[in-house]
Amino acid sequence: MVELARKLSLPQRRLPGSPVLLLLIAACIFLTIGSLRSTIFAQLTVAGVATGVVFGSLALALVLIYRATEVINFAQGEMAMAMVYVAYQLMLWGLAYWEAFFLTLAIAFVFGVVTQQIFIRPVQGRSVIAVVIVTVGLFILIDGLVEWKWSANQRFMQAPFGNKIYHLGSVPIARQDLGTIVITLVSVTALWAFFRFTKLGLGMRAGALRPAAARLVGVRTNALLAVGWGLAAVLGAVAGLMTEPAEYVLQPTLMQPVLLYAFAAAVLGGLESPGGALVGGIALGIFLNLMGQYVHFVGSVLQLPVAFAALLLVLLVKPTGLFGHRTVRKV
Amino acid sequence: MRRNAPALVAVTIAALFFALLPFGLSDYHRGLAASVAVYLIAILGLNVLTGYTGQISIGHSAFMAIGGYTTAIMSHYHNTNLILTLPLAFAITFGCGVLVGLPALRLSGVYLALATFALAVSIPQLPLKFSTFTGGSAGISASKTVSNSWLYGVSWSTAAIAFLFTWLVLRGRTGRAFRAIRDSEVAATSSGVTLAIYKTLAFGVSGSLFVLVTNGFAQPNEFSVTLSLKILVGAAVAGLGSLWGVLLGAAFIALLPTLSASAPLIGSAHGQDVVFGLFVIVVMILLPTGVAGLVPRLRRLRVKA
Repeated sequence: MVELARKLSLPQRRLPGSPVLLLLIAACIFLTIGSLRSTIFAQLTVAGVATGVVFGSLALALVLIYRATEVINFAQGEMAMAMVYVAYQLMLWGLAYWEAFFLTLAIAFVFGVVTQQIFIRPVQGRSVIAVVIVTVGLFILIDGLVEWKWSANQRFMQAPFGNKIYHLGSVPIARQDLGTIVITLVSVTALWAFFRFTKLGLGMRAGALRPAAARLVGVRTNALLAVGWGLAAVLGAVAGLMTEPAEYVLQPTLMQPVLLYAFAAAVLGGLESPGGALVGGIALGIFLNLMGQYVHFVGSVLQLPVAFAALLLVLLVKPTGLFGHRTVRKV
Repeated sequence: MRRNAPALVAVTIAALFFALLPFGLSDYHRGLAASVAVYLIAILGLNVLTGYTGQISIGHSAFMAIGGYTTAIMSHYHNTNLILTLPLAFAITFGCGVLVGLPALRLSGVYLALATFALAVSIPQLPLKFSTFTGGSAGISASKTVSNSWLYGVSWSTAAIAFLFTWLVLRGRTGRAFRAIRDSEVAATSSGVTLAIYKTLAFGVSGSLFVLVTNGFAQPNEFSVTLSLKILVGAAVAGLGSLWGVLLGAAFIALLPTLSASAPLIGSAHGQDVVFGLFVIVVMILLPTGVAGLVPRLRRLRVKA
């Protein structure tokens, strides 16, 4: 395996530049001091992390596909939403929450693979725009199918974590927030381990970084692309299933705002960096939560514009995102 | 000049057709035809940007919103003649476009797409925040409503002007520059200013017309990201980089929902989405150059045979 990696000359892991690192450390110190001085601040921060990891995991799904195909999958959120409806249906059929949860993840994987094979593969390698348009078409198609099958009415699902509240010192922490953070981090870690320690994962990294070289040493890049879409769909399903309890109701628009924030998180982290997507998501979650409480002018209406203004600002200073690195292009 | 003769004939026939068409249509269909013209102007703008320069933008609904609100607000508060609001909407959108376009120069490819996406999401939130002036989520209406015939006349004349203008721009030096940009990404980043200008021009006009088509009524929901995606889809289905395909693309996104609504099995609102989505995907898979790409393809077949 090591030899294969050497043969493909995969680049070494790069740490973010020192200004970015300093910024992150400063943000952590700020949050810690704030949390120690005010209970509300601490509460908001924890809740922010919980929403943030959900943004992060959907962002990670986007990054997975972007790295493999250089395309933003506009249908990622709707795919996740469809999977939440599948879980809902499984529970209607009498499965317990966690049985339905894991069965849905398996279905999501198959769904992702099949989607890639049927819809994406024919336009793959044609042009970026063609693939983007197909994902936009998928967005509309999935939306239509879900509304057809389950109608646009609000549905109610069983809550996975209940509404118990723990106390850490004087800070109340909802079991739901804690559960969301744990589940998401576990799935992200599992994914990281898959890419880091399995031969399949290595093949996928190789296929994303050096497609031609990977094919030459016998990596089946086409099959692995489908696996990538499957994994992205699974991550999306986790994000969807964790969004639903936070929103309390299930409806076809469930994932649309989350997708927007996931885009923002992925860009903030630098589209090619999985770690960056997660950090970007958490940063965005905390930022939105604190801003909603302390900056009254922003309120709920201006949350999106302010989040995106911040994003644009980051892009203007560092056009490749926090963890991205410049690639030199020649004519 | 002689080389352009077939094109001139086609243009004359098309102009005559669209000038005479309203007499053969019911009032309702005249309104529908007017909306085709509005989409046509929007797609024209996007087609210049994406088809001829290869840059993806999802921000056009934001520019349309700016144009649209300008028309509605001018008419609502100052009772301005609706036609007079068009150049103003044009100018304001142009200004906004340049303001946005200048920093966007640093970005390219996916990052530009996402930045424009951010714009499309953010702009419709502003009328909600400053609701005393803009009517909030209920929207703001122009001081008087217009007939569908008036609408047809104005929107198609504007579309004709926009079409002519684009054609003239593209066949000259600028058009060559655009195509050169598409072929070289590095060059694109260095000559983006003019792009922003042409693009925003078109969006400004289509935005203010868009408001008129929706009965002189500007509402944040009308200008959501979905509108941008719809226009992007229309441009791609038509065939990016083809001027004539634009008409097909506009007709597609304006008429397909209405047509499929009257179809038996899929006549529900969701059925429309299913048809629309499937159609988009199938066209992209089967016709890489869009519907407009069919013509040269068929011609090549005939030559071979």
